[in-house]
Amino acid sequence: MNLSNGKGSMSTVSSPAVSKSGDIVSDQFPAGLRVLLVDDDPTCLMILEKMLRTCLYEVTKCNRAEIALTYLRENKNGYDIVISDVHMPDMDGFKLLEHIGLEMDLPVIMMSADDGKNVVMKGVTHGACDYLIKPVRIEALKNIWQHVIRKRKNEWKDLEQSGSAEEGDQKQRPTDEVDYSSSANEGNWRNAKKRRDEDEEAEERDDSSTLKKPRVVWSVELHQQFVAAVNQLGIDKAVPKKILELMNVPGLTRENVASHLQKYRLYLRRLSGVSQHQGNLNNSFISSQEATFGAISSLSGTDLQTFAAAGQLPPQSLATLQAAGLGRSTAKTGMPMPLVDQRNLFSFENPRLRFGEGQQQYGSSSKPMNLLHGIPTNMEPKQLASLHQSTQPLGSLNMRVNASPSQSNPLLMQISQSQPRGHMLNELNVPHVPRLPTSMGQSPVSNGSPGSALGRNGISDNSRGAAYSSVPQTSSMLNFPLSQTTEMPASSFPLRNTPDMSSITSKGVYQDGGSSGMKGSSGFVLSYDIFNELHQHKSREWEVQNMGQNPSYDASQNANPLQGNIDVSPSVLVHQGFSSNQHQMGQNRDAASVGKAMFSLGEGMQSANFQNIGQHQGFQNTLLTDNSVRVKAERIPDANSQTNLFPENYGQEDLMSALLKQQEGMGPAENEFDFDGYSIDNIPV
Amino acid sequence: MDVGQMQRQLVEYTKSLFIEGYLDSQFLQLQQLQDESNPSFVAEVVSLFFEDSERILKDLTFALEQKIIDFKKVDAHVHQFKGSSSSIGAQRVKNACIAFRGYCEEQNVNSCTRCLQQVKQEYFIVKNKLETLFRLEHQIIGAGGSIPMVELSF
Repeated sequence: MNLSNGKGSMSTVSSPAVSKSGDIVSDQFPAGLRVLLVDDDPTCLMILEKMLRTCLYEVTKCNRAEIALTYLRENKNGYDIVISDVHMPDMDGFKLLEHIGLEMDLPVIMMSADDGKNVVMKGVTHGACDYLIKPVRIEALKNIWQHVIRKRKNEWKDLEQSGSAEEGDQKQRPTDEVDYSSSANEGNWRNAKKRRDEDEEAEERDDSSTLKKPRVVWSVELHQQFVAAVNQLGIDKAVPKKILELMNVPGLTRENVASHLQKYRLYLRRLSGVSQHQGNLNNSFISSQEATFGAISSLSGTDLQTFAAAGQLPPQSLATLQAAGLGRSTAKTGMPMPLVDQRNLFSFENPRLRFGEGQQQYGSSSKPMNLLHGIPTNMEPKQLASLHQSTQPLGSLNMRVNASPSQSNPLLMQISQSQPRGHMLNELNVPHVPRLPTSMGQSPVSNGSPGSALGRNGISDNSRGAAYSSVPQTSSMLNFPLSQTTEMPASSFPLRNTPDMSSITSKGVYQDGGSSGMKGSSGFVLSYDIFNELHQHKSREWEVQNMGQNPSYDASQNANPLQGNIDVSPSVLVHQGFSSNQHQMGQNRDAASVGKAMFSLGEGMQSANFQNIGQHQGFQNTLLTDNSVRVKAERIPDANSQTNLFPENYGQEDLMSALLKQQEGMGPAENEFDFDGYSIDNIPV
Repeated sequence: MDVGQMQRQLVEYTKSLFIEGYLDSQFLQLQQLQDESNPSFVAEVVSLFFEDSERILKDLTFALEQKIIDFKKVDAHVHQFKGSSSSIGAQRVKNACIAFRGYCEEQNVNSCTRCLQQVKQEYFIVKNKLETLFRLEHQIIGAGGSIPMVELSF
C-alpha cells in the first residue's frame, strides 16, 4: 500500500460527489474528517492514529470510553465519526455505541480482534455502521468517510421525503406505498446495520431504492391511528382492510397496514408474555442523565434478548434501535461544515431551526421522526407495560390499550398529557395516568406513580418542564441530542396534548391540542411527550420532524409549536411514548433513556432519528437499543429518578422484545413494510 | 562492514523474519506508515508494544497463579494481547494467543499455564528479533546510510 501520498502532503482527495442530498462536500473531503478514536490498547491506539493521520483525517484519541463520551458531549459537533474498540475495561464498546447513537447520532465503527460472528452481529444490531477486524489495515480506514456521508445523505433524504410526503399523501392512493420518508431512513440504517434478518432483506432492497419507492413510515401518529383503529375493531377482528378504512390515511395501502398489523400482533404477543422486570434496566439508567445512557447501553444487545424474553424491550434495545436508527441517520455532528450544512439543515439543524423559528423545518425533519415512530409503536404495548410499573400502564402506547385497564398506558397518558414539553409530562404522569385507557391491557409495568411516570418521561426532556411535576428528569432521557435547548414547544408533541388520556387509546395521545393525527397512536404520543417534555428542546425537534413527516397526522396541532409546523410530533411522540412508558415501568432511568433514546434520536437527529427508525427495519432492535441507550444517558436529567427510571429501561426492552418478536414473526411480512418506519422489522429477536 | 553490506544484511534479516513467520504483513503496514516526518514510528510503536505486553504478561501470570482462576479475566487479557500483537504483526505471538484463548474457554488450568509459557516464549523471541532489527537500522543510519525498503509481496 502506498501511503506516501498521505504523508505530509495534502493530496487532494477526490471530493466525493456527495450524494444527491446535495451536501456540500469540500474538495478536500474526506481529508479533515474528524475522527474520535477509542481503544484501551496503547499499541493499537498509536498505530490507528497514525494510519488515520496518514489518511489526512483529524484524529482525537482516548483510551477510555468515558473520556470519549466526555469529548463528544463537550463538543457535540466536533466529530464526524467514532471508531471504538469492543473490549474495553471501563465500558463495553457496545454500550458506548449505544450511547453515542442516542446522544449524538454519529456513525460509529466498531473494531476488535474478535471476529466471531456473534460479536460482529452484536455490532450490527447495536447500530454500528461498520465493524473492523484487528489488525486494521489502512485501506480499511481510508473509506470510513463513506459512513459519514451516507448518514447525512439519509438524513437529508428523510427530510426531503418528509417534506414531500405531504404532497405525496394527497395524490397517492393506497395502492402505492407512500413515500413517507421512510426509505431514507431505511437507507441510513442499512449501512449501519447490515441487516441480516431476512426481514430486512426486503427492506434493504427498498432501502437501496428508497428514492424510487415510497415507503410508509409509521410515525407515532400514524401508529396511533392504527392502534386506535385496531382497538376499535377489536384485535381479533381487526383486518387490514377495515383498519385501513378506519384510519383513513391517504396514501396508505392495505399492504402497509397488513404488515404493520402483523408486527403489532407480534408485539402484543410479546407483551403479554413478558414479565415485567424493571429492575434490570433501570439501575443503570438512573445513575445520571448521562448515565442513563450508560445504563441503557449496558443493557445492550444481550439485555435485549433477555428483556425480549421477558417481554420487555430493554430500553437499550430501543435506545439502540433508536439510536441506531436515529443516530445513524444523522451524521450531523461530525461532518465538517461544508458537508453538513445541507444536511444539517435538514436533519440536525432542523431541530435548531425549528426551535428557533418555530420549526419550520419540520418538513424535512419530519421524516426522521418516523423512524422513531416505528420503533416505539411496536414497543409501545410492551413498553407501556413495563414502564408502567408505577403509573398506569402507559406502556401500551398504542398497543392494545385495551388490554390492561389499569395500565391504560400511563405512558400514553403521560404523553398525551404532557403538553408542550413541560406540560405534557406533568399531565401525563400524574393526573392522567389513570386516564390512560385501560385498554392498555398489557399491564405495563407502571412505575407506580403516575407522577413518576411522567417523571420518567421527563427523561425525554431534561425535565424542562417544571411542569412535570412528577416527571422526573426522565425527560432527560428524552433529551435528544437535540442540542437545541430551545424548548420545544412541540415537545409536548401532540402527545402532550392529549389531555384526555382515556381517549388516547384510540386517539392516540394527541388528544391534546387537537393533535388530531395521533389518534391511534396515543400510546406513542405519550411516550414522546414525556420525552418531549423532558427535553424541551429536543422534543421539539422531534416533533418538528414528525410533523413534517406525516402531513396527514396533524397531531402536532397543539401546543407544540413544533407541531404546528411539522408533523413531527407523531414520530416524536412515539418515542416519547416509549420513554414515558419506560419510566412508568419504574425504571425511571430506563424509561427515560428509552424515551430519550427516542427523543434523543429525534432531537438531535430529528430527521435522522426518524429516519433511522424508519429505515432500519432490520435494525430496529439495534436502533431502539442504540437509541434508547444513548438517549438515556443523556436524558435522564435528573432527579426524578424516582422509580421512573426503571420503567424506561423496562419499556425499552419490552419494546425491543416486542419488536424483535415482531420482526421474527413478521419475517415474511417484513417485506411489506416498506414504510416501516420502525426499525422493528429488523429487530432480530 | 560498510553501509551497503549492512543494508543488505538488514534486508535479509527482515525477510527471514517474515519467511519464518515471526512477522506478518501487518508489520509492513507499520513500516509503510513511517516516513520522513515520523522516521522512528515503527520503533516507537514497537517499544510501546513491548511495554504494554510486559504488563499484560505480568497480569496473566498473576491471574493464573490464583487459587481460583478467573478465566474470564484471563481471556480478556489474552484477547488484548492478541489484539496488540496482531497490530504489530507479531504473528507467532498472535497465534499462540489464539490457542491460549481456546484453552481459556475450556477452563483448563494446566493447558492455560502451558499456553502462557508458550506465549511468553514467542513474545521474547520476537522481541529479541525486533531489537536486533532496530539495532541494525541504527547502525546503518549511524554510518550515514538509509534504511532500505524491504520488498515483500504478501
